[in-house]
Amino acid sequence: MISYFARRLLLLIPVFLGLSVVIFMIIHLVPGDPIDHILQIGSSPERKAALMAKYGFDQPLLVQYGIWLGKLVQGDLGDAIILKQPVSTLIAQNLPYSLALGSAALVFSTVIGVTIGALAAMAKDSFFDRALMGIILAGSTVPSFWLGLMMILIFAVELGWFPVSGAKNWQAMVLPVLTIGLGGIALVARVTRVAMLDAARQDFVLMLHAKGVSRREIYLRHILRHAMLPVVTLLGLKIGWILGGAVTIEFVFARPGLGSLLITSLNQRDYPVVQGCLLMLGIAVMLGTLLADIVQAAMDPRIRDRVS
Amino acid sequence: MRALAPLLKAARTLRGGPAALVLLALVFCAIFAPLLAPFPYDAMHLPSANMEPDAKHWMGTDEFGRDLFSRILYGARISLGVAVSSMAASVLIGVIIGGLAGYFGGWVDRTLMAISDMTWSFPEILIALVLIAIIGPGLGSTAVAITVGYFAQFARLTRAQIIALKGETYIEAARNLGASDAAILFRHLIPNAMTPVLVAGMLATGDAIILEATLGFFGLGAQPPLPSWGAIMSSGTAQIFIAPWVILYPGLVIAVAVVSINLFGDALIDALDIRGKLREG
Amino acid sequence: MALLTLDTIAVTIGQAEPLDRLSLDIDRGEILGIVGESGSGKSMTALAIMGLLPLIGGKVSAGAIRFDGVELTKLPEADYRRLRGKRMALITQNPMTSLDPIRTVGAQIDQVGTLHMGMRAEAARERSIEIMEQLRIPDAATVHGQYPHQLSGGMKQRIVIAMALMGEPDLIVADEPTTALDVTIQAQIIQILVDLVRQRGLALILITHDMGVVAQACDKVAVLYAGRLAEFAAVGEIFASPRHPYTRALIGCIAKEGQASGSLVGIPGTIPGVFAYPSGCRYHPRCALAVPACAVNVPPEQRLGAARVACDWVTEVAHG
Repeated sequence: MISYFARRLLLLIPVFLGLSVVIFMIIHLVPGDPIDHILQIGSSPERKAALMAKYGFDQPLLVQYGIWLGKLVQGDLGDAIILKQPVSTLIAQNLPYSLALGSAALVFSTVIGVTIGALAAMAKDSFFDRALMGIILAGSTVPSFWLGLMMILIFAVELGWFPVSGAKNWQAMVLPVLTIGLGGIALVARVTRVAMLDAARQDFVLMLHAKGVSRREIYLRHILRHAMLPVVTLLGLKIGWILGGAVTIEFVFARPGLGSLLITSLNQRDYPVVQGCLLMLGIAVMLGTLLADIVQAAMDPRIRDRVS
Repeated sequence: MRALAPLLKAARTLRGGPAALVLLALVFCAIFAPLLAPFPYDAMHLPSANMEPDAKHWMGTDEFGRDLFSRILYGARISLGVAVSSMAASVLIGVIIGGLAGYFGGWVDRTLMAISDMTWSFPEILIALVLIAIIGPGLGSTAVAITVGYFAQFARLTRAQIIALKGETYIEAARNLGASDAAILFRHLIPNAMTPVLVAGMLATGDAIILEATLGFFGLGAQPPLPSWGAIMSSGTAQIFIAPWVILYPGLVIAVAVVSINLFGDALIDALDIRGKLREG
Repeated sequence: MALLTLDTIAVTIGQAEPLDRLSLDIDRGEILGIVGESGSGKSMTALAIMGLLPLIGGKVSAGAIRFDGVELTKLPEADYRRLRGKRMALITQNPMTSLDPIRTVGAQIDQVGTLHMGMRAEAARERSIEIMEQLRIPDAATVHGQYPHQLSGGMKQRIVIAMALMGEPDLIVADEPTTALDVTIQAQIIQILVDLVRQRGLALILITHDMGVVAQACDKVAVLYAGRLAEFAAVGEIFASPRHPYTRALIGCIAKEGQASGSLVGIPGTIPGVFAYPSGCRYHPRCALAVPACAVNVPPEQRLGAARVACDWVTEVAHG
């Protein structure tokens, strides 16, 4: 198990390097010199040259990347141009909000999604199954920011149950979690249902019936356990998706967080902050897949043995 | 005409039929928007700003007094146009990459699939934001983002199909008759591998519509005064308490469009009996 | 009275009728072989006895199954469940897939103990290991904690047998228990099953397409063809004087076994599918002795001593 973990971790290094190259290149692929965005209009060429030297933009690209990566590893992500603070400070301020929202949404959509998916699989082709999957289908077909706005209109403005925006208390988190969660539920429920129906067709299930195990126990203890394998894979792949949802939802609910920071910075062309945020989100996606792999190896002995 | 048969079969089903009608209606609106729209999409009239829906403005007006119904009709053009054309580009790229990877195998396969997996593992919205950070906001970058964000799944699907088809006797026969690699790949393999990829592309168009709307909503897609479905809503957030219809109607239209695409796609999958193939790759 | 009696049962799955008017019986200490090619209705018989037909959308549509005085076709599912795994056990064809790949094999044997025998976890574990040792599984305590993919095919089938024995059943239905195994392992597994019957006095239904296995293990044999009984007789009688032309063909095939499983090399043609049953005697298209009447008349089962045969030709010869 330890060696499995180590191997998965090593496999992430090239992905991380690829990610860092792409993010490093953002600032260089933008039309014009990177420094133009810092300079005030009408600055002298001498000042530009001085700044270019100060930020190291006069060095060869590879050297610049090396320096950037070196600083990155030490936690130095540069300084924000508009917000005039170290990017690492900005991220440290915003990350906890995103983590709280993201993990609450993940737990919410997993628990509810698996439950709905399992019930639908047990009642396959019944009215309940069709109705449930129909509602879920509809739920996954609207943009999440729109769903968020509708939530605000209905539950915050009309009914006044929850605050419209902000992150002051737990009530402020209910609507964002619901919004991100509804999309997640749709996804998790669909995969759970299909995975359970697949597992139910396997021979060992017939054997369980032949052993006199009750149908309910077969579904909820044995088949569900098998169905969790693809669900975990999906969740690993989609942790980024849930964070992606958080990106837009934070903005809609005017919550602090990486997403709000990213979108604000994109609109202001504050590139160091954009780089920092994208890097963090990218790392979160990588860690998500790693986590899913580990959970899967813990659940499935065949995967553990394949590696060692 | 052989290709039409499954489409018709899907359209005759209970879920496919209504969905097909809605999609045809949307395409009709997109094409004939200038004839159907009661107002120009960018005609401002400040005295009638934020008006509730009434007989004159069926869906109300926005903060500049522009007719929402007209903007949504024109929006169909932009949203569907961008989604469909960039998805077509995405499928094309995916098929070429997946075709080459599946046919040649070895290092070609590993390199191409490594690139495609790299994009596959990151959510489309993040890829889109990276690209917009580089290219800058606009419809063009939205199109690029959709193309880049989705091609990996088509590459994987095509690759799986090509690998399955490669061993078929008629491919062997073609090779023995001296057909070149390019001829075998593009004339024999890819055409036979296309069906599931096209259906996957059709289903992904729904996602593309949502991605376009999201980017447009954040002001990163279509720029004012262009009315894509997402961009229409972009101006609506500030007025959400005064004029909620500016948010409500475009969202409903998006939902209807995406549900129809999903339902018709689902019916098409059954009509073609390719549910298993779509899970490969 | 026999432990298990199948009284003219028919099985339907939707429009299909894969089993038609089948009667069999078996008593404690007996081994009943059910032979036939794939598609003859052997596995349907197993599922019918175990009450598992609903899983594949089927049901016993006519006749009765009596097990130790209880009419099973009318038994509520909850009561049936208490029989399954305890008083009657199933051993399936493929040990590779009939074990849950993500649970230890030990846990899968223990489950029967805790479910049916009122055992606590520790007692179930001890009993499992005991049974595993009786089945000559080396180092049973270690194997108990291993996963299916870590074991060989023969070892896995022993685990399945251990699972069957855990409930101390009166009846074991073994559906092609050796088909998926190597030839050398096959003989071992069959020997284990035979010993169980001899030592414990339980009843064993051994479903197979291999007449060699029948000769090695069984006391009596039912030969099925296309969902109907062709011949039912004691094993000595069947090999000494096979009556039904299909039985004769099957016995003629023993020498060639091992080349093909499921289909028979010696008999021209293939067994018809459930929707393509021929009229009259279902075997007539492949039968060397068929006369035009065979395509019209469904041959009734005739008693010849203790045996039963469903072939008009045989009956005519017997009656001179």
